[in-house]
Amino acid sequence: MARFLIPFGIFIALVVFFAIGLEHDPREIPSPLINKPAPAFKLPQLHDATQSFAPGKMLGQVWLLNVWASWCVSCREEQPVLVAFAQSHSVPIIGLDYKDRRQDALDWLRQLGDPYVLSVSDADGRVGIDYGVYGVPETYVIDKQGVIRMKHIGPVTMQVLQEKIMPLVLALSK
Amino acid sequence: MKRILFGILFFTFAAAALAKEAAPLAKDPALEARMLKLSKELRCLVCQNETLADSQADLARDLRREVREKMREGMSDAEIKHYLTHRYGDFVLYRPPMKPTTWVLWFGPFLLLFGAAGGLVFFIKRRRRALDETPLTPDEATRIQSLLNKESDRA
Repeated sequence: MARFLIPFGIFIALVVFFAIGLEHDPREIPSPLINKPAPAFKLPQLHDATQSFAPGKMLGQVWLLNVWASWCVSCREEQPVLVAFAQSHSVPIIGLDYKDRRQDALDWLRQLGDPYVLSVSDADGRVGIDYGVYGVPETYVIDKQGVIRMKHIGPVTMQVLQEKIMPLVLALSK
Repeated sequence: MKRILFGILFFTFAAAALAKEAAPLAKDPALEARMLKLSKELRCLVCQNETLADSQADLARDLRREVREKMREGMSDAEIKHYLTHRYGDFVLYRPPMKPTTWVLWFGPFLLLFGAAGGLVFFIKRRRRALDETPLTPDEATRIQSLLNKESDRA
């Protein structure tokens, strides 16, 4: 009996490993920045380049940092979700316009809606590198102390908002 | 014919001259070589099976620029690796670091190999012992005896 059970057991173990492997999205790389302070930066605002923004200004509230760009195809998919979400006014969203041309970005926001309290221009992508951005869009949840609590890679969908982001934001807002 | 060949050559070299990537190489060949050597150990996060040195992805180009600048600032290779893993995690390293969470990765294959070899030795020994030690049943003994008798009769 054992001579059949052992190979069968090995086979089942392999199937389980492969099944777990299939469930994982290889594009989702766990960020080492989770539970670390959000990297500081000071960037010009998109709408008014004479004004700057630094994440320190958001201390004391829970906020989202959304990395986007007008050249990013998935951002197009994400934008209506964010616009609808922004209308609920529950969480401020700051946009990080990643490696974009200013005029393209402004046109894009005019066309698809602007869910952001404000956007900043990261023209050479350096702040993006500090945040470990490798695939736009990416969204960070940052708590009242300025610590990154979650990172979502890829477009934010209604489901992601309801199941992942909102429960966390509510818990952090307490 | 000559003219056509010349035309082909002309456009080949023209294309090479236009390639953007080649530009920084001329400025500081030693630094560029060091950057490429280190980049071969780093993974491009966009096209995950390519090294940072090989990838043409936008982010790879930016990260190469970053590596180049850090080198110019006098950072060591180890410091640059730390700078990148601090942002992108161990995933950027093609050679994962040795630490408790990667022990299975480093030692797992050897464990499997030794386990399989041990299992094989155990199995063969047990089988040999089983073959050696099984005594003949009375039936087998009489059958062998009768076969042997037949042989000696024929002789």
